[in-house]
Amino acid sequence: MTAAAEKQIDNGVNVTALLGAREALTAAPEAAKFNWRATCKWVNGTHSRTSVKGFFGLGQEQSHKTEFSFDVDHPEIFASEDRGATPVELVLTGLAGCLTAGVAAIAQLRNIQLKSVKATLAGAMDIQGILGIDSDVRNGFEGISVKFDIDADASREEIEALVAQSQKRSAVFDIVTNPTNVSVSVN
Amino acid sequence: MAETVAYIARYAEVIAAPLWARTTVTSVRHSGDGYAVVTNQGEWRCRAVVIASGACNVANVPALAAAVPASVTAVTPLEYRNPDQLADGGVLVVGAAATGVQLADEIHRSGRPVTLAVGEHVRVPRRYRGRDIQWWMDASGVLDVRFDEADDLARARNLPSLQLAGYPDRRAVDLSALSSRGVRLVGRLAGIRDGRAQFSGSLRNHAALADLKMNRLLAAIDEWAARAGLDGAVSPPERFAPTAIATSPPLTLDLASGEIRTVVWATGFRPDYSWLDVPVLDRKGRIRHAGGVVESPGMYLMGAQFMRRRKSALIDGAGDDARELAAHLAAYLAGRHAEARARRDAPSGPGLRPAAATL
Repeated sequence: MTAAAEKQIDNGVNVTALLGAREALTAAPEAAKFNWRATCKWVNGTHSRTSVKGFFGLGQEQSHKTEFSFDVDHPEIFASEDRGATPVELVLTGLAGCLTAGVAAIAQLRNIQLKSVKATLAGAMDIQGILGIDSDVRNGFEGISVKFDIDADASREEIEALVAQSQKRSAVFDIVTNPTNVSVSVN
Repeated sequence: MAETVAYIARYAEVIAAPLWARTTVTSVRHSGDGYAVVTNQGEWRCRAVVIASGACNVANVPALAAAVPASVTAVTPLEYRNPDQLADGGVLVVGAAATGVQLADEIHRSGRPVTLAVGEHVRVPRRYRGRDIQWWMDASGVLDVRFDEADDLARARNLPSLQLAGYPDRRAVDLSALSSRGVRLVGRLAGIRDGRAQFSGSLRNHAALADLKMNRLLAAIDEWAARAGLDGAVSPPERFAPTAIATSPPLTLDLASGEIRTVVWATGFRPDYSWLDVPVLDRKGRIRHAGGVVESPGMYLMGAQFMRRRKSALIDGAGDDARELAAHLAAYLAGRHAEARARRDAPSGPGLRPAAATL
């Protein structure tokens, strides 16, 4: 045990459980297959509500403790009623949540006490794409920037390494940086 | 090259053991308390087998290769000999370990515009503080770190090779050097859709990870140099500029436009164990072993990545591994299984080595 480890680092992450899960799933890779789900219902105009509750993992049906729901809409300058975040802001939300969880878990694993973590995200978009004005302009973000302000008992290099490793292990970072097959069908 | 061939050939004279050239092993299987080995020169029986058939027999080609348009010729590093083999025009090199960066450099010099797709990679300088980086890694004990001491052995065994080349002019082949010479860098090849290659947007993070790891290695070397009393005798510590990545590296490339004529799959190699009829492979096709001692009694492995120590896959690493495994093998043949087990598990003498050398 190093002196740092004896200091009782607590970022609220149960690393023992995570490492135990990693070990168990290495032995039983079938249990590592998860399926995440969401259900979306149109409300009115551009307003919809998506809820999440059940998912599949560890070989069986699982459930969140409660159902979470997210209102999605567009701001008034889009002639909408602004009853929720835009879909692209929810993509930023997902990326931020994933990277921040990763920073906390990896910091715990590396015995780094976090004091505060703030991520500021921005996605640049030219809406000529979605409006069909210019086919050379893509629909999605031209780029996403994530800026972390992290206060922790660690050197700048250790903090940079946390952030780099968090990207390496992030599901949403992978989803937004790499292509994914998406199949959309009508029942 | 001639020097290396002569060096290896001298082993044959020094060992003076029966050497069967042009002999291909087509099957090894259990037989009695040993093994039956079938070759094109007949069948042999033996009690012990050392598998030293190499880690790079087959070039890995990713499944998405099937989506490359027919107008583009695909080449693996095992087929490649020189740039003149390739059509005039653009070349996409996929993979930026030693093979990928060396081929990107060589092909670019032939006048063919090169695009290099880069995933996780390992950056080190050719020269550091006036010495070759291999000298530092050898002297400081980084290459001697044992398999039972490695923080994450599975990761260490899968690490891409170092971005180095052995040119007489010692020129760098890291990403900054290649891009300054005109090689276009893109992210990991993540997909091909409708003839368009799609590259990951993670290039910046992969470069940042490689820079961080290089700096940790250099810090460990500096720490060792100070303890070993080398400060003053060698040049002072250096740090290198972070990898230069364009603000917005291209995310797609039309493979059907005629711009790219050749794809080089520098996406790693794997061993060929198709002749091994003994159930010692894991679900990924790798031999299950502890430091080269394969779980099937009397079977040993040599030359695998980080098999007993970091240098196991290097020519210079074979000697130490062979000494230890030969002792285990001799004990096995003498029927002293218990002693053999004890020898395998005993740690080697502690050397003066960096505490946190990571690659």
